[in-house]
Amino acid sequence: MFERLEESGAEIAFTFDGRPCTGRAGDSVAAALIANGVKVFRTTPVGGAERSAFCMIGACFDCLVVIDGRASRQACLIPLQEGMAVERQIGRRDPAR
Amino acid sequence: MTAEGSYDVIVIGAGPAGVAAAIAAAGRGASVLILDEGQAPGGQIYRNAGRASGRLLRILGKDYAKGATLADALRACGAEYRTGSTVWNVERDGRVDFLADGASHVAHGRKIVVATGAIERPFPVDGWDLPGVLTVGAAQTLLKASSMVARGSVLVGSGPLLWLLADQYRRAGHPPLAIVDTTPAGRLRSLLHALPRFLVSPYASKGVGLLWRVKRSVPVHSGVGSVRIAAEQGGFTVSFRRDAAERTIRADHVFVHQGVVPNINLPNALGCELAWNEDQACWDVAADEWGHTSLSNVWIAGDGASVGGAEAAAARGTLAGLSCLHALGMIDADARDAAAAAPRRILQRYRSGRIMLDRLYRPGGHLVAGAPSAIACRCEDITVQTVRTACAELQPAGLNQMKVLLRCGMGPCQGRFCGSTVAAIIAQCKGVQAGDIAPYRHRFPVKPVTVADLATLDHSNADRQAVARD
Repeated sequence: MFERLEESGAEIAFTFDGRPCTGRAGDSVAAALIANGVKVFRTTPVGGAERSAFCMIGACFDCLVVIDGRASRQACLIPLQEGMAVERQIGRRDPAR
Repeated sequence: MTAEGSYDVIVIGAGPAGVAAAIAAAGRGASVLILDEGQAPGGQIYRNAGRASGRLLRILGKDYAKGATLADALRACGAEYRTGSTVWNVERDGRVDFLADGASHVAHGRKIVVATGAIERPFPVDGWDLPGVLTVGAAQTLLKASSMVARGSVLVGSGPLLWLLADQYRRAGHPPLAIVDTTPAGRLRSLLHALPRFLVSPYASKGVGLLWRVKRSVPVHSGVGSVRIAAEQGGFTVSFRRDAAERTIRADHVFVHQGVVPNINLPNALGCELAWNEDQACWDVAADEWGHTSLSNVWIAGDGASVGGAEAAAARGTLAGLSCLHALGMIDADARDAAAAAPRRILQRYRSGRIMLDRLYRPGGHLVAGAPSAIACRCEDITVQTVRTACAELQPAGLNQMKVLLRCGMGPCQGRFCGSTVAAIIAQCKGVQAGDIAPYRHRFPVKPVTVADLATLDHSNADRQAVARD
């Protein structure tokens, strides 16, 4: 489990698959998910393998999640915002929905 | 589309190289747009440095703290700075397409400076795709941006960044449980001839102290030839072979690393010539001493051209900015050369020690080519063995044909995390060197774009007439 060395930055409330979570201002969506103990961000479209954030710099695309209904969002690049509804991305998704 | 307009120089990326290029150009009167995929200047190396607390700055160290003033310097130079901007297309005439705030934008630069930095080299060991296994760089990003550290970590691989993270975790009070070091045994002995130049470079004092501090407080298993990571009871096991003995250690977190390589997708798609770097076993972007690429309007600076570290990146950014100004006719050669003297001295100091680091940490070929059951292409779930079999049975000419056969490199990462693996396998199969296998032919968009994103572009009358019915 990751822990925070300091609780700086304002609290931000969001949900993951409907579960209430809290992150901190300055977190990416991926960092906030990891801080909340989320292990699996998505399953792959080809083999259904479980994946999570890997590179954290927007290069590997393993951290794809659904944010506010929009699929294939790069969790590591997107700053966490109040009220975001984040969902695990299961397999292949139409990016428009 | 919002009004974008034209600039003398567009800089892509706001790490040390991009910021230095923008300051060199804008500080001497050029109109400069600097586009950053991140949220604050600094790139990955100085991520969040401007906002980090005193405690975090102490943990991350003096080199990181140097980035704290970058944002102020960029603001003062007068360049227009845009965060959250993902560049997905660049054309040779200077058109730059990017996504920002959920909409498409276009800007035009008379000169382009590419400063898109490095990525961590793919390290296809068994289990590197398991959820919870992160790169060492990713762990460092979590520490810098969100002050997050993991208890019970094991670091696997090789390279300066791995030791740096171990030292930072040690200072944070969570030293890794172990380092499983894959640096090939006997490397140091074979590099004694490079030692004198290394010892007078800035790397020596930093590196020796770093290694000493880490080795004093973290068990190091060195000379490890092969590694397997497996999930077990909510955590991981790391199994490795050393001196013909098999060992297994438990970990709550595993961070992997095998050095960093230029992220060549954008310059390669643009058509910049590449050059194989044998010491670092990767493709660099070919450029002259000013960072001028094979394309007349395009410069490249920093680790995106060739990996040399943050200080060298900033020096090369300044040189690229000055060279752009000269090409624009805004300064003469004398003024350019005078301003270039200081960054050239910095570059020389850092270059002198680099050869030692590069050759010491050059990954063993078997590590780049991967273990048979490991995933080679993370996007399409293709194993190393599948690539090997396709190679042996179908004998593709190179990476692009392999992409057609297996779809490796077709997923959203666009080959960033399988290119070196697949190239190494093809090279082994053909009995040639890795540098003889050309990289994927990258194409724009270099980041995925939806049609809905494109539809937000403003349309001219000509655009409408082109698709209108009579």
